[in-house]
Amino acid sequence: MSDQDDYDEDDIDLNELPDDELVEQMQDDLYDGLKEEVIEGTEILLKRGWAADKVLTEALVGGMTIVGIDFRDGILFVPEVLSSANAMKGGMAILKPLLSASEGARAGKMVIGTVKGDIHDIGKNLVKMMMEGAGFEVIDLGINQSVEDYFAALEEHKPDILGMSALLTTTMPYMKVVIDELVSQGMRDDYIVLVGGAPLNEEFGAAVGADAYCRDAASAVDIAKEQIALKRAS
Amino acid sequence: MKKIVNIIACGALANELVALKSLNDWQHFNIDCVPAKYHSTPHLITDAVREKITNIRKQNDGEILIAYGECGTQGDLDKLIEETNTARLPGAHCYQFFAGHDKFNELHEAEIGTFYLTDFLTQHFETYVWKMLGLDRKPELLEMYFGNYKKLVYLAQTENTELTEKAKIGAERLGLTFERIFTGYGEMQTELENKEFHVSLENLSVNL
Repeated sequence: MSDQDDYDEDDIDLNELPDDELVEQMQDDLYDGLKEEVIEGTEILLKRGWAADKVLTEALVGGMTIVGIDFRDGILFVPEVLSSANAMKGGMAILKPLLSASEGARAGKMVIGTVKGDIHDIGKNLVKMMMEGAGFEVIDLGINQSVEDYFAALEEHKPDILGMSALLTTTMPYMKVVIDELVSQGMRDDYIVLVGGAPLNEEFGAAVGADAYCRDAASAVDIAKEQIALKRAS
Repeated sequence: MKKIVNIIACGALANELVALKSLNDWQHFNIDCVPAKYHSTPHLITDAVREKITNIRKQNDGEILIAYGECGTQGDLDKLIEETNTARLPGAHCYQFFAGHDKFNELHEAEIGTFYLTDFLTQHFETYVWKMLGLDRKPELLEMYFGNYKKLVYLAQTENTELTEKAKIGAERLGLTFERIFTGYGEMQTELENKEFHVSLENLSVNL
């Protein structure tokens, strides 16, 4: 039997799958980083009348959560996570306009950026995607953001959360510069400040005066939800 | 008589350390390396270094120097160094030892989107850059990894036209402009020169 025959036998027509199996298959495809298949699955579910937020939550976020857990447990590595993220991005591109059009109450608003002197944005982009997947509105400032950039964005967008990311030990202290400026301008309590990045840890987050350190994108979502709930309850 | 200096190093620095040991006849230096591949699993580095420290302390009472950058250990390596009263080469990145602190800062400020190669990383570009980032399996990730980078700087420890050519090809593959800067062994040599103590010549080894 040729490889082509094997492929034909294993090839799955997503259109033929019932909803629950299709969602499961999409999660597998997302895990394997198969962007085209994730896009196709997303389109099929929408055609079947699924709401955009349901597709997002059950198929995409559900799949990405499994990826996050396996990354944390050392089963998956960075290239695989990025590949999955890329696949999720494909589905998100279809869903995002529909979500923007239909969404009422958002989970919250976040301004996020990589700090000054740092160009690394892989982690930040993952956080952005997972936060959007969880219903947050995210304003992404990009890389190499100064105190002035952050403050201009806070003023313009009035978010609930300020997120800062850094990959370098040489740039992560800049988070304290931003937080200190918030304190000195009497604005610290106006925002939940979350920090993250490979060289950071909880101790560092506490030392710079952040509300929390987020070890990965999935934790960022959980922590953001908790912090928002606390703030709204207070 | 010179006192033993034990160097626990990242495997990526092994060639240079061995060369310096040989060039300077630093027979009192013991060099023991942790595999360079741990860069893809930085959470394993601290425990591997801890094990080496424990073993060394069973063998001699010499000074222990950790030849690592921070290397994604989230502060754990520095905590270990404090706990065990050992020392680390200065700087956040191992390639910073070669460029020198001031020169490195100058390079970073001139272009923050710079990716650095050393002799080791150039020699093993395929393994420690291309494959470690999964680009052999997933070339579509190149933009996600290097989209914000502009330039590749090859910090050369040796004069080697073959390596320079390899570094240039590496830059092309990553879609970056290329610059070569000869650093020699830079501050690594200076730091190690400061570790010249009187010790016995017994118990010397190189474990790579």
